[in-house]
Amino acid sequence: MSALILDKRQLAPEITLLEVEAPRIQKRWRAGQFIIIRPLPHSERIPLTIVDSSAERGSITMVIQAVGKTTREAVALEPGESICDLVGPLGEPAEICTGERVLCMAGGVGVAELLPVARAYKEAGNTVVALCGARSDAYRILDRELRECADELHWATDDGSYGFHGNVVQLLLSLAGPGSFAEGHVIGPIPMMKAAAEATRGWGLKLHASLNPIMIDGTGMCGGCRVTVGGQVRFACVDGPCFDAHEVDFDEMTRRNRAYRDMELEALKHDCRLGLH
Amino acid sequence: MPASPPKYKPNPKAPRQPLPLLDPERRRRTADEVALGYTAEQAQMEAQRCLQCQKPVCVEACPLHIDIKRFILRIAEGDFQGAHDVISEQSPFPGVCGRVCQHELFCESACVVGKKWDPVAIGSLERFAADHARLRMKELAGSYPKPTGRKVALVGSGPASLIAAYDLVRLNYRVTVFEALHKLGGVMAYGIPNFRLPREILEEEIARLQNMGVEFVPDFIVGKTATLEDLFEEGYEAIFIGTGAGLPYLMGIPGENLIGVYTANEFLTRVNLMEAFKFPESPTPVRVGRHTVVVGGGNSAMDAARWAVRLGSEVTILYRRGRAELKARLEEIEHAEEEGVRFEFLAAPVALYGDDNGCVREMECIRMELGEPDESGRRAPVPVPGSEFRIPADTVVAAIGQAPNPTLQKSTPQLVTKRGKIVINDWGETSIPNVFAGGDVVRGGSTVILAMKDGRTAARAIHEALSGARESREEVQA
Ligand SMILES: Cc1cc2nc3c(=O)[nH]c(=O)nc-3n(C[C@H](O)[C@H](O)[C@H](O)COP(=O)(O)OP(=O)(O)OC[C@H]3O[C@@H](n4cnc5c(N)ncnc54)[C@H](O)[C@@H]3O)c2cc1C
Ligand SMILES: Cc1cc2nc3c(=O)[nH]c(=O)nc-3n(C[C@H](O)[C@H](O)[C@H](O)COP(=O)(O)OP(=O)(O)OC[C@H]3O[C@@H](n4cnc5c(N)ncnc54)[C@H](O)[C@@H]3O)c2cc1C
Ligand code: SF4
Ligand code: SF4
Ligand code: FES
Repeated sequence: MSALILDKRQLAPEITLLEVEAPRIQKRWRAGQFIIIRPLPHSERIPLTIVDSSAERGSITMVIQAVGKTTREAVALEPGESICDLVGPLGEPAEICTGERVLCMAGGVGVAELLPVARAYKEAGNTVVALCGARSDAYRILDRELRECADELHWATDDGSYGFHGNVVQLLLSLAGPGSFAEGHVIGPIPMMKAAAEATRGWGLKLHASLNPIMIDGTGMCGGCRVTVGGQVRFACVDGPCFDAHEVDFDEMTRRNRAYRDMELEALKHDCRLGLH
Repeated sequence: MPASPPKYKPNPKAPRQPLPLLDPERRRRTADEVALGYTAEQAQMEAQRCLQCQKPVCVEACPLHIDIKRFILRIAEGDFQGAHDVISEQSPFPGVCGRVCQHELFCESACVVGKKWDPVAIGSLERFAADHARLRMKELAGSYPKPTGRKVALVGSGPASLIAAYDLVRLNYRVTVFEALHKLGGVMAYGIPNFRLPREILEEEIARLQNMGVEFVPDFIVGKTATLEDLFEEGYEAIFIGTGAGLPYLMGIPGENLIGVYTANEFLTRVNLMEAFKFPESPTPVRVGRHTVVVGGGNSAMDAARWAVRLGSEVTILYRRGRAELKARLEEIEHAEEEGVRFEFLAAPVALYGDDNGCVREMECIRMELGEPDESGRRAPVPVPGSEFRIPADTVVAAIGQAPNPTLQKSTPQLVTKRGKIVINDWGETSIPNVFAGGDVVRGGSTVILAMKDGRTAARAIHEALSGARESREEVQA
């Protein structure tokens, strides 16, 4: 169904929040689930995490980093316009434990995707320690919202302009070690999730990673989103997107996500030639 | 009413009219439809081969019981519009069925002319009637009364649901079709290629249902966006599940996750649904290298192979049995051969090898021989030890079958299934009262026409259940 855009906010350079009308999804979604959108009638289908929702407005919120053609099309839409197709909620909800000290880790636009998971952990009576990474102070997003649900919030910036100087995995190693956490959730760029998994191996920590492979239908029909977890092939859109971070074959996923890189650049260039950007 | 004798002299001995085809060299470079359809003269000549049998066994053999004898008579007499009207009594999809129905297994296999000569080309005549009526379809738009009856939900927009929608809306039910994807038609939209079924044909035949008052809701996954219980709460009194068999099997061999290795569903969805054949005008890409190897022997395998040809690749179909065992429509196998697809029979994939970037480069295969018949009665292929060989492959498509998509079943654990397939009784009802099912979700991979047969059976059962006719029938039986 198409979805009316109710609100749009620029959270940071290249990172935009869109609130859209989606009353059915608002009623049913759980933290960790996502939607698939096609911004315009001829767009690609792309997956985006559900970040928030509002029962009064019958709406859901997503936060989009404009990296390529389709994400740019999405953030170019204005309130009052509609997203051509929006379907969900997709995937399985994140596994939420109770009464533990939990680690919530994210980088980049992943910080937005982390928010609902952190909230769910908090609501289930956990002590939530959130570690978030950004390129610099200007790229930090949703600080206030995270503070409201995290017992502790620490930031790392690549240039040291705010909080810890370094990446979020270095921040983790500076604050914690084996036994610090029982459970955790990590979400962000693949190299960061891989590093987090490596760093915490042997910590006795059950770490869930929210994976972001290339998807098409998002309904389990094509197998394009397949990832290897513990030696088994899984479809991230229906079996995931959250899996045991210590079991994921991140190297394979890195390669598979690069499969269309040349072609994506070509698609962008094609638009530039037509003067669309 | 006594059947009026034909106004022409049947001539079954005349050679069956060949369906004009696009030249194979042209086909290799376009997505245009391969079969061009009969001219009016050809259609009339072919129609006059029909004997107008006293007992038209063809009608019995068509799962939709289209009145073949009568529509052929109309064509023979030159009343093409009338032919379309006759078909419409049973089916609003002659353009689709005339193109993709496996008529050699149904109506044409029964046709008595076929006992001595080639059977009447019923499928091509059906298609002719449809194409002739296309222009008039637009006039029909809006001339239907709005349905006012009870609400019925159909899940999935494949052929099973579409024919059920047609039958139910004609009985004045308010029908809503929920579809997970953004386009309607099921496999006919995402799987079957444009060059076999141009999208305008599919869209126009679906638009006819829309004009009749059927409501279509795309981007709606029953089991995710709403559950069956939600739909009942919203006033739907019966639900039909026609969610198809969309879960692709994987080969389960080393290297399957290399870049360039696709399931047929992914490959065909990229090319058909997302129109990757137009990339970069369309935004979704597909990787087709110099050597494509398609594994399998059904319709999906032919379709993927023929798309790969059109996208500039040399294509090999690897099939573990022989040519006689191929399961695709005969016509498609012949067309694939004409277009230069190479067949490697009695061989199966063992492993895939890639380069440093993780892109597939080579396939290791093993020879097979046919052993003892298995439970399906077909001789089971067995590997020949030591017969491994390698072929270049920079695109691989696994077209080895599908299982029912489990999403709805997962959200409805009380729905009884057997090996993933929804279990139904004789009138199409599942283990949940007033929930019916049919098509591939019940049969596993099947055909358009059998899915339609199931949709029709379920529509009748829904009508009986909601109108109380079933109770009275059961009382009579009791
Ligand atoms: C379950 C899931 C949830 C997601 N949630 C969000 C979200 O909340 N916010 C958000 O901004 N993004 C999210 N993503 C990533 C988002 O889907 C991609 O950024 C988007 O598909 C890129 O499309 P594009 O056409 O704009 O860029 P493209 O031109 O297709 O790609 C641009 C660059 O992004 C990379 N890329 C392509 N696809 C992905 C992908 N799926 N994940 C990561 N990188 C990719 C490519 O390598 C390429 O270099 C999510 C992905 C998944 C699978
Ligand atoms: C590539 C290919 C080529 C084929 N060629 C031929 C041919 O030439 N001739 C022939 O007779 N047969 C052919 N077949 C087989 C034929 O297409 C199928 O048997 C037929 O389409 C099955 O119809 P269906 O209505 O059961 O389901 P489908 O056509 O599979 O449609 C099911 C629909 O339900 C949707 N859906 C699934 N789950 C949900 C949900 N939870 N909520 C909402 N919607 C949902 C799906 O997205 C899909 O659109 C082919 C099959 C393939 C794969
Ligand atoms: S629907 Fe199929 S079986 Fe029936 S008449 Fe048409 S081609 Fe023959
Ligand atoms: S069986 Fe063949 S000859 Fe007889 S009515 Fe049908 S199409 Fe005509
Ligand atoms: S995106 Fe197609 S199966 Fe997951």
